[in-house]
Amino acid sequence: MFNLTTFRELVVAALWTGLLAGLLLTAVQQIQVLPTLLQAEVYEEAAAVANTHEHHDWQPGNGWERTFFTAVANIGLGVGFALLIGAVMCLRGRPSHWRMGLLWGLAGYLTFFVAPSLGLPPEVPGTEAAKLADRQSWWLITVLDTGFGLSLLAFALTRTYKFFGAVLLVAPHLIGAPQPDVHSSAAPAELAQSFITATVFANAVFWLTIGGLMGQFYKKES
Amino acid sequence: MSSTPVLLDNSQTPTRSEALKDRILPAMLAGMLGLGLLYAAGFAEAAQLHNAAHDGRHSASFPCH
Repeated sequence: MFNLTTFRELVVAALWTGLLAGLLLTAVQQIQVLPTLLQAEVYEEAAAVANTHEHHDWQPGNGWERTFFTAVANIGLGVGFALLIGAVMCLRGRPSHWRMGLLWGLAGYLTFFVAPSLGLPPEVPGTEAAKLADRQSWWLITVLDTGFGLSLLAFALTRTYKFFGAVLLVAPHLIGAPQPDVHSSAAPAELAQSFITATVFANAVFWLTIGGLMGQFYKKES
Repeated sequence: MSSTPVLLDNSQTPTRSEALKDRILPAMLAGMLGLGLLYAAGFAEAAQLHNAAHDGRHSASFPCH
């Protein structure tokens, strides 16, 4: 059997971390991400009415309901990311504390947000983009590639492996992210730009909180 | 000890089976649980899930729509 205590410690630490980081992210989003998103939706809906009338599935109503579901999703993402950080901390097997956690959080931010966003910038609703499956594949490959590249850069013992890590970091960007045939957006360009700025900040807060808290809560004694 | 080149600095490993039980398996399990959650919150296609998590996905820059 495997060490159940370690697993339980990881899960408990990740639950608290995800809950707190998810709530903090929701608060940050309310202030600076959501206003831009709501503005973009006005443009998106105006464009949709002009074109065809789509069938709409259930969606949370604006206001508290929407905030509640966003918070649930954010907490889900937070717990998921915290579990991944906990997993690598546990694999490393070194004593952890919040400062070490911040470094892991930074690595997560670079891997899951910065690297994929360089090719596929965060988009407001109503932006033309390449086929979803293509973008998801590129996103996934970039995340895996960046994660592996960063760990080689940080932990590999020889220069050759470190160099290989650096190659992995740039490779997806040399290949390039899938692009739509025509770039167009229902929302004005300034709105798209302010959305990018808002998410760059919000995700930095999110990831550093996840890393710092996970380092603090999952204290591995060696 | 194996003769394969040391790729990562894992010199603290006491014995292989202990490392497997104490570190590798719990970490893998926690990692898989994490990936499952991320998939549900970030990628699952079901319309209700997508709409509920919509703002979170856009904000996290997951490919959406």
